[in-house]
Amino acid sequence: MKSSSNIAAVAPWVAAALVLVLGVGSLFLGVADVSLHDVLTDPEARSVFLISRVPRTVALFLAGAAMAVAGLIMQHLARNRFVSPTTAGTIDAAALGLLTATLLFAGASVMSKILIAMLFALAGSLLFIVLIQRIQFKDLILVPLVGLLLGGVFRAIAEFFAYRNNLTQTLDVWLNGDFSGVIQGRYETLYFAGVVALVAYVFANWFTVAGMGRDFATNVGVNYKVVMGAGLTIAALATAVVVVTVGAIPFLGLIVPNIVTLMLGDNMRRVLPTTALAGAALVIACDMLGRWIIFPYEIAVGTIVGVIGSAIFLVLVLRRNRYAQA
Amino acid sequence: MITTSDLTKTYDKTVVVDNVSVSLPDAGVTSVIGANGAGKSTLLSMISRILDADAGSVAVDGLDVFNAPSREIAKRLSILRQETHMTARITVREVVEFGRYPHSRGRLTEECVQKVDEAIAYCDLGEFEQRGIHELSGGQRQRAFIAMVLAQDTRYVLLDEPLNNLDMPHATGVMKLLRRLADDHGKSIVLVLHDINYASVYSDRIVAMKDGVITADGAPESVMNADTLERIYDMRFSVIDLDGDKIAAYFR
Repeated sequence: MKSSSNIAAVAPWVAAALVLVLGVGSLFLGVADVSLHDVLTDPEARSVFLISRVPRTVALFLAGAAMAVAGLIMQHLARNRFVSPTTAGTIDAAALGLLTATLLFAGASVMSKILIAMLFALAGSLLFIVLIQRIQFKDLILVPLVGLLLGGVFRAIAEFFAYRNNLTQTLDVWLNGDFSGVIQGRYETLYFAGVVALVAYVFANWFTVAGMGRDFATNVGVNYKVVMGAGLTIAALATAVVVVTVGAIPFLGLIVPNIVTLMLGDNMRRVLPTTALAGAALVIACDMLGRWIIFPYEIAVGTIVGVIGSAIFLVLVLRRNRYAQA
Repeated sequence: MITTSDLTKTYDKTVVVDNVSVSLPDAGVTSVIGANGAGKSTLLSMISRILDADAGSVAVDGLDVFNAPSREIAKRLSILRQETHMTARITVREVVEFGRYPHSRGRLTEECVQKVDEAIAYCDLGEFEQRGIHELSGGQRQRAFIAMVLAQDTRYVLLDEPLNNLDMPHATGVMKLLRRLADDHGKSIVLVLHDINYASVYSDRIVAMKDGVITADGAPESVMNADTLERIYDMRFSVIDLDGDKIAAYFR
């Protein structure tokens, strides 16, 4: 096992290097041809760079890191590796909340939309937790299925009201993350998601303890209900910020924590930085792929991550006998 | 001393623990025995505040367990239960370090590191220190969790059926370890046991429960006789003396 602790020491640096390389790539990939030389000499290229490319890359980083951390927390709290904002109804609940805010308070500010979306996401996650606590047969697959069903119900309600109010296209945009509209002044709320991820790191030990079970947490003097509430709030806030600002990135919070914990174990303090960085790297990579495939047009990053993520999810499910026992 | 007064727990009109008032000593090994559903685990869970009581109270060295800060209780009393979904991939050392959580909240002091090292050595886990607990056998894992409560360094150590799923060598190993904990470290070990012969050989005191009440309470010599055991379990027993130990046979 000496080698595994070596992996643990190296992993965050590898992930950080990956983020750096991809981030630089993302800065120089786009319809307008912008090179480093242009940025330094050409004022027009510089403004493209500062108003569009830098914000887009920063937004990708923050959204990816936050969604991965949200997923990591949720799988610990639910004690099920397949629970994430996608598979617990959290994303759909946030979208329903955003729709509610849009319909009821037409002129609502971005901040109040985030707040309402967060409250819906939190309520949705809590409902999910209550539901799975009532299921006696806690199967590894059954639990996320319940979450997907619950998310389907939230989404159906949202679609009903969206249809009646000519907002179905808007709803689709919220549910499928797209960074092509990210420019300076329209992504800064994502910094909240970054702060949320940092807060999660500060309390990482709590979540590890809670992930060991209620009795285990109580024994070492940790208030299980408080940790549960705090963790779900963090995950709901991160999800709400991302859904409101750029749209949902499905499956990210599911696959990234799974792959990272498979390599590094479940001690959250140790895996959280790598999880956040790997989430950021994956989203930046998928966004670059989306910009490149049908250049000069774009495929939304939510679609790319959704395709890759659901495929990986399937592999994890099919391998579960070998994997999830561990 | 742990004192319960009129402790009661009811599930759907079934009284599982019925007005139990008992004092547990601050040293030695105390075994709680009884048939399935007698209320042993429920009693232990309430004493360790894992389960709320419907009525009554529990005091640990004068602290009310249901109202005192959980962290203060965690410095005095630890509880080890059988977790059904133990799937976390964390190392033995990390598990043991969590025992220091009530003292240091995750920032290990020098004293913490020392206690963790001691606990790992005491439970003979040195070679497994960096292994994941999910990779261990049942007996090794049980030792890892005992090392954790040892690092937690509480006066009272409560264990709910610690011998579950252990084969004979591992079960005896765990009982010897618990006995040494009581003798060398002056701790009070309270454990729920199904194997009454382990209770007889390793305990200073046996508390027997039936239908939510305590029906026998005393030194092994006073509980380990056919009459008392038949009253507790409603079946036939014969008790023999084996080199000074009372051993019960109940196979026919």
